[in-house]
Amino acid sequence: MEVGGVRKYIYSDTELDREEGQIIEELKANSQQALTDPDEWLDEELEQNIFLTTVDWVINWGRRSSLWTAICFPACCAFEMIAANGPRFDLARFGMEILRASPRQADLMITAGTLTWKMAPNVRRIYNQMAEPKWVIAMGACAISGGIFASASYAVVPGYNRIIPVDVYVPGCPPRPEALIYGIQMLQKKIAKRRNIDLGKVIKR
Amino acid sequence: MTVALSGKEIASQIEEKLPESIVESSQDYLAVKNDALLAVAAFLKDTPELDFNYLNYVTAIDYYDHFEVVYQLTSLEHNHSLIMKTRCYDRENPVLPSVVSLWQGADFQEREIYDLMGIRFEGHPNMKRIFLWEGFLGHPLRKDFM
Repeated sequence: MEVGGVRKYIYSDTELDREEGQIIEELKANSQQALTDPDEWLDEELEQNIFLTTVDWVINWGRRSSLWTAICFPACCAFEMIAANGPRFDLARFGMEILRASPRQADLMITAGTLTWKMAPNVRRIYNQMAEPKWVIAMGACAISGGIFASASYAVVPGYNRIIPVDVYVPGCPPRPEALIYGIQMLQKKIAKRRNIDLGKVIKR
Repeated sequence: MTVALSGKEIASQIEEKLPESIVESSQDYLAVKNDALLAVAAFLKDTPELDFNYLNYVTAIDYYDHFEVVYQLTSLEHNHSLIMKTRCYDRENPVLPSVVSLWQGADFQEREIYDLMGIRFEGHPNMKRIFLWEGFLGHPLRKDFM
């Protein structure tokens, strides 16, 4: 057997190896050009108007960007709430300039102020009338724990979480509008994390 | 500024018309017997020289052994005012005559006193709790409430 140049190219005799080689050769011949972008079928106008995402993300984006507040302000924290809605702090930047007179059209309840037991059934009712999904921000010391009335009052509810489930707590007596806006941003982050579609159920089907 | 009338001077005027209706009188106020309260109030309102046509407020104080109910009266015509008091020694079931028939403004305030102090006003058209709910136990502004 000669050594060197002769052994440079070795061809197998078996049919199986030859078939494999043919497939590879074909693929190589057909793959001389780089593959094009799958979105190339979109023309320039469509390209600016379509983007691909998950359903969850889009639903959460819609929900968190248009939180409408139900009108339910039992006490003095409401004035900070009004200030936050006014031109200086301008809550409209976050898509929530509309205060809904009807709780049926609201997503968010900002509980601004002291709640007495006599008022409590009405607040509960407003909450129950709001359509799902709905969120609650407890604004101020009274809404969190009863505040200065917490220890000895016979008539004040010690915190809204006795009546309705609370998502975000904003401390202060009353909280500054900046604090309220920060609380709302926290709630928006919370909504962004929410899962709307139960993957387990989808797979079972 | 409204002129505060002397309780003593008015007490002597009342004594002429309604004897034995005044318990105590001083420069600042006059204290009236429970039974005579309505008659004295009507006298103060209807006498043309006094003409107390406006009731500023009604309020109550707990002094442990008795309740004191205070009425501040003003005449918008003559621009003078007077403080009238009455004392109630019954702690279990205190009852006083209502002045709603004379001054409409007493309506809610007498209900508030009933709600928080437990003093009943006889002759009131709607004697029930105003701030607290039906079924609340006790009267919270009494000193022995807690």
